[in-house]
Amino acid sequence: MATLIKERRIVADNWHLLERGPKGELPEVPARGEVIVPLALWLARREELLARAETGTLGAWIDANEGPEALAPDVQRFPLIAVNFPRFGDGRGYSIARLLRERYGYKGELRAIGDVLHDHLFFMVQCGFDAFALREDQDAQEALSVFDTFSDGYQTSVLRPVPLFRRRLGAGKS
Amino acid sequence: MYIYDEIDQKLVDERVAQFRDQTKRFLAGKLSEDEFRALRLRNGLYIQRYAPMLRIAIPYGLLSTKQLRKLAQITRKYDRGYGHFSTRQNLQLNWPKLERVPDILAELATVQMHAIQTSGNSFRNITTDHFAGVARDEIVDSFVWCEIIRQWSTFHPEFSYLPRKFKFAVNGAKSDRAAVAVHDIGLHAVKDEKGEVGFRVLVGGGLGRTPAIGFVIREFLPWRHLLTYIEAILRVYNRYGRRDNIHKARIKILVKERGPEKFREEVDAEWAHLKDGPATLIPEEIARIESRFTRPSHLPLPATDAGLEAALAADRAFANWHKRNVHPHKKAGYAAVTLSLKKTGVPPGDVTVEQMEKIADLADRYSFGELRVSHEQNLIFADVQLSDLHSLWQEVKALGFATPNVGLLTNIICCPGGDFCSLANAKSIPVAEAIQQRFDDLDYLHDIGEIDLNISGCMNACGHHHVGHIGILGVDKSGEEWYQIEVGGNQGEIRPGRGASLGKVIGPSFARAEIPDVIEKLIECYLARRDSDAERFIDVVHRIGVEPFKESVYGNADQRAAHRRGQLASA
Repeated sequence: MATLIKERRIVADNWHLLERGPKGELPEVPARGEVIVPLALWLARREELLARAETGTLGAWIDANEGPEALAPDVQRFPLIAVNFPRFGDGRGYSIARLLRERYGYKGELRAIGDVLHDHLFFMVQCGFDAFALREDQDAQEALSVFDTFSDGYQTSVLRPVPLFRRRLGAGKS
Repeated sequence: MYIYDEIDQKLVDERVAQFRDQTKRFLAGKLSEDEFRALRLRNGLYIQRYAPMLRIAIPYGLLSTKQLRKLAQITRKYDRGYGHFSTRQNLQLNWPKLERVPDILAELATVQMHAIQTSGNSFRNITTDHFAGVARDEIVDSFVWCEIIRQWSTFHPEFSYLPRKFKFAVNGAKSDRAAVAVHDIGLHAVKDEKGEVGFRVLVGGGLGRTPAIGFVIREFLPWRHLLTYIEAILRVYNRYGRRDNIHKARIKILVKERGPEKFREEVDAEWAHLKDGPATLIPEEIARIESRFTRPSHLPLPATDAGLEAALAADRAFANWHKRNVHPHKKAGYAAVTLSLKKTGVPPGDVTVEQMEKIADLADRYSFGELRVSHEQNLIFADVQLSDLHSLWQEVKALGFATPNVGLLTNIICCPGGDFCSLANAKSIPVAEAIQQRFDDLDYLHDIGEIDLNISGCMNACGHHHVGHIGILGVDKSGEEWYQIEVGGNQGEIRPGRGASLGKVIGPSFARAEIPDVIEKLIECYLARRDSDAERFIDVVHRIGVEPFKESVYGNADQRAAHRRGQLASA
């Protein structure tokens, strides 16, 4: 079981991630428990899963090659959305996260899953992730230190929607 | 020079601490080779053929003498006493020790330098016109815009793991001296009818194994929208650029696969959400960046200098150098000067620490303590008084940097090649040297006139061979080094009417020893066919096509067929 860091703390994780089968077949959804279903499963069985979503025990996960667009009308139904990083060098998840937060207004837990490593957490946080299912070999205690790697950033991001150049200007005036 | 504020400095210091920690964890076995590779590359650190190679960023090629002295000190302390200026306007050290790289980065930070994003699948060092700020045909000072984009691209959280490297060039003058059409994104400053500054935006150009000329995605982008528009392009690329094949991962492939029109639509759709958002630039920010650049305090001087005129008349060697290596300046009484790093027998772009220190002294005395690195791998003193040119020439000559060959055949752009680089298929430096030796007669060189000859040791094209008027590419044929010749490339619209173009391969490749003869035949072909000495090599290639050049090297089609038949018969 991967260690979960959430809001900068190591926490217990009750969510169960449902993955596709070896041939890509969609998994069955167990009747009980907190489950994270593949985006495709949600889209295929949306009507029947709406009631389950009402209970707050249904999350969805998006793979790197999928877009958050399909989930846009439903984001507020989920207490948890996860984005998969198939390889640590695959940067698509950063864009997906920003779109979920900035364009679709998602407010719930946004979890990075897959090849989630110590040295990538800082950028993930900037892009709106607040939970990290670390790859199993990662030292979670050590990883807690990376959130303060950089004290500021030049760009607009989920954490700092106002770019540094506008904030610098404000500071200069005061 | 752009002078850091406290935040700029703090971010660079924090980067050093981050990399120190990463190196420590790697050496302790807590980071795999593969994972550390991605991290070290974005700090400019390669593991090369013989030793690590560290690529130090020189943002847009601008360097103060304080920084150059620090580079010399670092090169002496951590390396073997010389560095290599690259075509990305960076400095490469070839022998640093991995475990000492954090210390090197810490020393760099003390002079506001770093190696951030000089490699890896990231947004790389931005390049520009080496005459920015002094050119007579200036539209804007491109350094200011480069710095704005440098800040935006530094540690961009969303775009730190792009499908592939991303190269960006900005040209602020009428002539394109930044080769904007062969970059992932190129900006060419323009003014609209009201005098408002904007940019023509080109996307999808590049060299490497699939060379391409960028397409104009937007004719006029008002400057306020610069960052939101780039962000839209990068987001489309980050999401949809190919990640399944490293050779198809550059943005040029995405543009080609989508088609330019479809690509433009996607960017516009993304931009619609970002346009006029908080990243929209404001005049106060442009003014703030401008004000953080140190500016030379030029004296009011007459446009000509009697002493200079007398020296030009009296000293032919000085006049030769003046003709090739001295360039007009927008301020009366000043000129820009190229220090040629292309002396025969010295690998192009290589400089020893002693030379670095002497150059720093000269730049302090003659050019307000600043210099530039050009993408042609030379150094530029941008602000020299006309009355100082003769004495500067004498001092530069003593250092071996006064070869009067800027723009001429022996001003070869050349990658480090198989002597240093683990990617190379063939050596490139000995080829450059052999050509320089063959064409060592200065009168002949001046007669041949302006020509770009570029050499790359492999198809990654660090020596920009696709855009040389003559390009040479090292190829590997069953373990042997061979060289392919291209003709007709052009890096950009330096002269009106002759835009960027890619060279065409003229035929089968040659052994290294044959190259000087081949070049000589191409040059003879040009000389025999030019209308006048105002018609350059590249102009003749475009007028008469590649075929006559092919014939001059391989013989005509019949001869070639006969030759092949002969080969088959004897086989």
